[in-house]
Amino acid sequence: MDKERVLVVVIGGDQKGIIARVSTLLFQHGANIEDVQQKVMDGTFVMNMLVDISDCDSGPAGLRRDLDHLGQTMGLTVMVHSESVVKAMHRV
Amino acid sequence: MSFSVEEAFETAGMILFHNFDIRAVTLGVNLKDLVRPDAAELAGLAHERLAGLGARLKAEAEAVSQDLGLPIVNKRLSITPAAWLIEPCPEPDAPLVLAQALDRAASEAGVDFIGGFGALVQKAMTAADCRLMEALPECLSRTNRICGFLNLASTAAGMNLDAVARLGQILKAMAATSDDALACAKFVAFANAPEDNPFMAGAFHGGGEGDVALNVGISGPGVVRAVVEKYPDCDLTMLSEVIRRTVFKITRAGELVGRELARRLGVAFGVVDISLAPTTMVGDSVGRILQAMGLEQVGAPGTTAALALLIDAVKRGGAMASGHVGGLSGTFIPVSEDLAMIEAVECGALSLEKLEAMTAVCSVGLDMFAVPGDTPAHALAAIIADELAIGMVNHKTTGVRVIPAPGRVPGDAVDFGGLLGRAPIMPVNRFSGERFIARGGRLPAPAGALRN
Repeated sequence: MDKERVLVVVIGGDQKGIIARVSTLLFQHGANIEDVQQKVMDGTFVMNMLVDISDCDSGPAGLRRDLDHLGQTMGLTVMVHSESVVKAMHRV
Repeated sequence: MSFSVEEAFETAGMILFHNFDIRAVTLGVNLKDLVRPDAAELAGLAHERLAGLGARLKAEAEAVSQDLGLPIVNKRLSITPAAWLIEPCPEPDAPLVLAQALDRAASEAGVDFIGGFGALVQKAMTAADCRLMEALPECLSRTNRICGFLNLASTAAGMNLDAVARLGQILKAMAATSDDALACAKFVAFANAPEDNPFMAGAFHGGGEGDVALNVGISGPGVVRAVVEKYPDCDLTMLSEVIRRTVFKITRAGELVGRELARRLGVAFGVVDISLAPTTMVGDSVGRILQAMGLEQVGAPGTTAALALLIDAVKRGGAMASGHVGGLSGTFIPVSEDLAMIEAVECGALSLEKLEAMTAVCSVGLDMFAVPGDTPAHALAAIIADELAIGMVNHKTTGVRVIPAPGRVPGDAVDFGGLLGRAPIMPVNRFSGERFIARGGRLPAPAGALRN
């Protein structure tokens, strides 16, 4: 079966524990992080994680809901896009 | 495959900061097989089919939006032109019976609008076309989610001036029978109407279509504005390049959504309409793109050229990104739905005449603009004739959605709220074309149509 991957994009002010808390939440959902990149762009912290959610019990909707909640508690914006969307837009 | 932070940020930022969304997913539905010589029976069958398909469209569109992480704003249905459906129905109120059934179906399914309540009359009218046209004021003012259209001209057939003249009077009746002429905001007069357009108010499911097809309208004026603002001093060749690249990306996303939604619904994927469609949200404006290109206001000298560059870049980028580009595919310049356009009218930068000039290089024509309530029917007809002539002669789609706002004069505005926005009243040239319109008959097709 093909893997189902999403791109988790975290945007906001840099602070301690971003990677730790996002990773922990992903682990709790049964998701596997395949790639992580981060950078400060124009003073804004941006991190993207490519995540395999094939074994994720709650599906992308449940993951998005919990990531949204985590983002709100940390003052961050978290977006979850299907890998297929980002691939369509940036790869020919 | 990995993605750079810049790529991830660009995709997320388009949605977060620049209002990128899939503006409309529109399911075109054939109803020809439901034609019956009994209006109530036809209406019942149409209601059943559309309520069912509409509910599935809404549910699946919301699921696709969740799964892909892309907002889908409007879910809509379009149908076989209604004049064809009522053809054998003897009841005088057949159009209204059908319209009200469609309205109930839309409401029950939770879709925004059903388009296609109209007729193709570019050459002449059948008895059913006449009945439907005469019933438009009542049908559009007594329903909430029904959109109407008439195709009154085409490059191949010419223009039906008799119908255009009558439409001027019907628009006055539409304005009089609905609050703030709202019915007029749900009606478009076309030349060369496309059969697969996903955007309202002019969507319909044409005679050359299959039973069901999903068409997608993407949108991203805010995204294009943002990228133009990043290049404040580059030359126009470079500007075209950066717009093309951006439109390519958003069209690819739109195509992905369309194909996935069509697959889940088990229906054919029709087209991606690559039009830039503004909303009244701050920044989601085609006019602001033109300003970012270097115009002080929309309507300033240079506006038509800037719009020509924009629309060409949109087409190039979109055509590369999708195998099936269709519908209107251009750039919408509605007055009431675009804050920069509203501002331009209010400060005196944009006149009706300049707006008409802009539509020569644009896609949809004179859209969502208001004129004084006492504008005579023949003047409305003449404005429509002018606009449709541009489409007819230039082998392109043009349309008119005009609001003759009762009791309003230049300096006033009519505020519909929501997606339809606020239309400042634009003055109409006070000199008359009444005698020209009263001639009636048919404007011959342009000689350029003889291509065979």
